[in-house]
Formats: sequence, structure tokens, C-alpha cells
Amino acid sequence: MGASVAFWVLASIAVLAALAVVLVRDVFRAALSLILCFLMVAGLYITLSADFLAAVQILVYVGAISVLIILAIMLTREVQRGSPSNRFRLPAFFVAVLFFAGIGYAMLNTPWQISSTPPLEPTTPAIAGLLFGEGGFILPVEIAPLLLLAAIIGAIVLVREK
Amino acid sequence: MAMQMLPPDWPGNFWAHWAIFAVAILVFVLLMVMVFIWFERRALAVMQARLGPNRAGPFGLFQSAADALKLLIKEDIVPAKGDKLVHWLAPVVAFVPVVLIFAVVPFWGGAILADLNIGILYIVAISSVTAVGIFMAGWSSNNKYSTLGAMRQVASVVSYEIPVVLSVVGVVLLAGSLSMQQIVAAQDIPFILLQPLGFLLFFCGALAEINRAPFDLTEADSEIVAGFFTEYSGMKFGLLFLAEYGEALAISAIVTTLFLGGWRGPLLPPFLWFLLKVGLVFFVIVWIRATVPRLRIDQLMALAWKFLFPLALLNLLITAAEILFWPAVSLWVFVPINFAVMIILVLLWSKFFKLGWGKVEV
Repeated sequence: MGASVAFWVLASIAVLAALAVVLVRDVFRAALSLILCFLMVAGLYITLSADFLAAVQILVYVGAISVLIILAIMLTREVQRGSPSNRFRLPAFFVAVLFFAGIGYAMLNTPWQISSTPPLEPTTPAIAGLLFGEGGFILPVEIAPLLLLAAIIGAIVLVREK
Repeated sequence: MAMQMLPPDWPGNFWAHWAIFAVAILVFVLLMVMVFIWFERRALAVMQARLGPNRAGPFGLFQSAADALKLLIKEDIVPAKGDKLVHWLAPVVAFVPVVLIFAVVPFWGGAILADLNIGILYIVAISSVTAVGIFMAGWSSNNKYSTLGAMRQVASVVSYEIPVVLSVVGVVLLAGSLSMQQIVAAQDIPFILLQPLGFLLFFCGALAEINRAPFDLTEADSEIVAGFFTEYSGMKFGLLFLAEYGEALAISAIVTTLFLGGWRGPLLPPFLWFLLKVGLVFFVIVWIRATVPRLRIDQLMALAWKFLFPLALLNLLITAAEILFWPAVSLWVFVPINFAVMIILVLLWSKFFKLGWGKVEV
């Protein structure tokens, strides 16, 4: 009961905030709505007993990514004009509707398997075991930083003064 | 040392526990912030050989209350071309995370709102939200000094989060848990002795994150008026001020819990130990403010990336190696080793990177 109330409140605010990101003309307010959306998603993770994921969601998305987005906005010229729509308005709308329909169709027609085991109490050891333990995802975990390192070096090369 | 742990849901019933602790934490934060403001003004006055507030009540004790009352009845001015909604929301967004931090601070065994098993990660995550409030304040004021202050805040948060988190990981490795209760329970030796370098890095980084002197560049009054709260007045200014001192209180409480053994100590009751240690840490913060001059913004960035960050990585590596390779060795053996490592690394790094400490480069 309590969990479903929490779910509906969090989910509806998240959807409204996500809509605001797209519809609000003021870019700064749009970025703030995005932060609200991220926070609500973190709340949804908590209702799913994924506490570690929720904390990381806030730390990475609210604490780092949004901060970078805001920094980019602050360095943007003529931000007061807002985000005017351009000639891609209609095509973008159709693509978005198609994407929404595709995702909705996939969600409604997938036979979701619901585990009957209760959620793990301390989630961190289980996650650590999966990431770094025997037969875990150690290879993707190591490949991701390599990719990021390459991206960082690329960015430095691009902006370096000749 | 006897450890009387209270049951996790003390005093019983879930909702009673929640309500009592929510009220207690709010009262604790508001009261301690007032005491801290008074304490800081008095301590600074002593250090600068002047009197400080001494008129309102004995030793000027009621000065903070009088100031709060004054702020409450002052006119609230919003810049005409500012973003009014964001301007109004910003102090709230800055203050709420500060109060939320105290949900996982153990005051004494078991007396904690929620013993989350991701405790310290929760603190790191929640405290990063305060930055959002600060740049909301800076942006919505539509004032160049406010925006400059907010941009400096963004830059310092992005840089200093990394060494802070890395130095916390050392403590987590030693305690074997992220839960604040477990971290306190694991400190038969206070972690400041086992993690002297980690403590130094955490303290530096935390001071920078909460904009305390010498890292108070977001509100450097000699450069950018008052930074992000230049355009704030009345109770909204009061709330931002409250958030700032609340953060200082939170950092003192976190340092106490992570490095000074939390509420544990001989003879005195646990709560008193906790308060004493928090007061001590805050005194050091005030002391630093009275001693060290403010950094330049490029020095702030250089300190984070060239000094704190590599040392935090090395600290993590050394701690992990000690725990992995010598698990059976008594932890006391590592106390002198870690102190030696700290002194050598800090001296070495300050030779490596001449950050222009006071020197003008030609």
C-alpha cells in the first residue's frame, strides 16, 4: 500500500518533470526539472530496495552530470532567449511518438519474470561480487574506463592550443 | 571499552521513532547552528584580539537569537529581472540536504534515525545536492557577482568531490562497512591514527566543498561582494546562512564519526563525547579560518587536481595493500607506518608541485 502510493507519486512527478525538461523554454529551468526527474528516479530505486543504486544515481546524475549541464548553460551565450524550436519540430515529434510506441509495445508484450526471493539486505557485497568476483562482469568493468580514458585523451587533443 | 548499543528502532514503534528523531534532529541542527555562529564569532574575536559580541545576554550568548529575529522581520527583496521562482526555491534546496545528512549520523549507540547500510555513501550523495541550491541562488539573482560565485561553486564541487570520496573509501576499507554505526563500532583505534593522510585529505576537501575559509571563493567578499547570496535578504538569506553553518556542523559530525571514533569514549556519557568531538572539529575549522589567507581560484583548482587527488589515490592504494597483505597484523603496527607515509608523501608532493604558495611567478 505505502510502496504503491510512493511509486505513483514518484513516477508521476518524474514524468511531469521530464515533460517540463522538453516543454519549458527557459533552459536553466529545464535543467532544474531534469535534476528533479533524476531525484524521482532515485526514489523509484529506493522503492525497489536498490539503495546502493539510488545513492549512486543521486551522486552521479544530480551531483556530477547535472552540475556539468548547468556549467554548460552558464557558459552559453544569449541563454535568455530560451530554446526556440526549429524546423525539425514535426519530424522530431513523429520520431518521438514512434519511439514511445515501440518502447510501450515491448514493455506490454514482454513476459516479465518476477523473482519471489526477498531483496538482499546489504546490497553492496552482492553488487561487488557481481562486478569483481569469479565469473562476474570484470571485463566490461575494465573496458568502460579504457573507453572513458580514450575519450578524455581525445577531448584534450581536440581542445589543445596549437 | 563498554559499548552500550541501543536497539536499532529505539525507542520502539517505527512511527514514534521516526517522529521523535525528525523533531530532535531539526532542533539539534537549529540550536547547534546558533551556538556555532556565536562560538565562531567569539573564538575569532579572541584570536584577533578584540571583544566580539558581548552585549546580548551573558557573554553575548543571545546574539545569534537576536540576529535570527532581526532576519525574520527584515524585508525580502527579489531582483526585478531575476527568476523569482528559482530565487525563492534556492535556499530551500540548499538547506534540506543539510538536514537530511543527520538522518544517518549516530549520536550514540543506536540513537540514529536510519542505520542505512549505505550510510556514508548516502551522505556523499545527499550533500552534493546542496550545490544545486547554491547555483540556483547564483543564477536566479541575475547579478554578475552571484553568477561568478555560482560558477566557482560548480568548479570546486566537481573537483573536490573526488578526493573526498577517495579518502572516505580508506575508512570504509578499514571498517568493512558503509554503515555509520558499523564504522563507529569498528574504531577500537580511532581512524585518525590509522588514516592520518586520509583525514587530512578529507578535511581539506570537505572545507572546500562547504566553502569555508581558506576555500571560501564562492563568497569571497573582497572579490565578488558576497558571491551567490549577494541579492538575498531577510529570511531567505537567513536560510542560506543556516545551510552554510549546517554544513559545517554536518562536516564536524562526519569527521567525528569517520575519524575520531564517533560517540565512543571513556567515562563521559556517549552523547557528551559526540558533542565534545564535534565542537573540537568545529574549533579547528574556525582556527583555520583565522589563520590561513584565502586561495586564488587557480590555486583552488591546482590544489584539488595536483595535490589532493594523487595523494588520495596513493592513500587508497596503501590502505588496500595493508588490509589485503597483512590482515593478521595488529592495526597498532600501522599507526607509525601510516604517519610516516603521510609526512613523506605530503613533503614530497609539496616539492613536486610548487603551486605558487605566496610566490609571484614571473
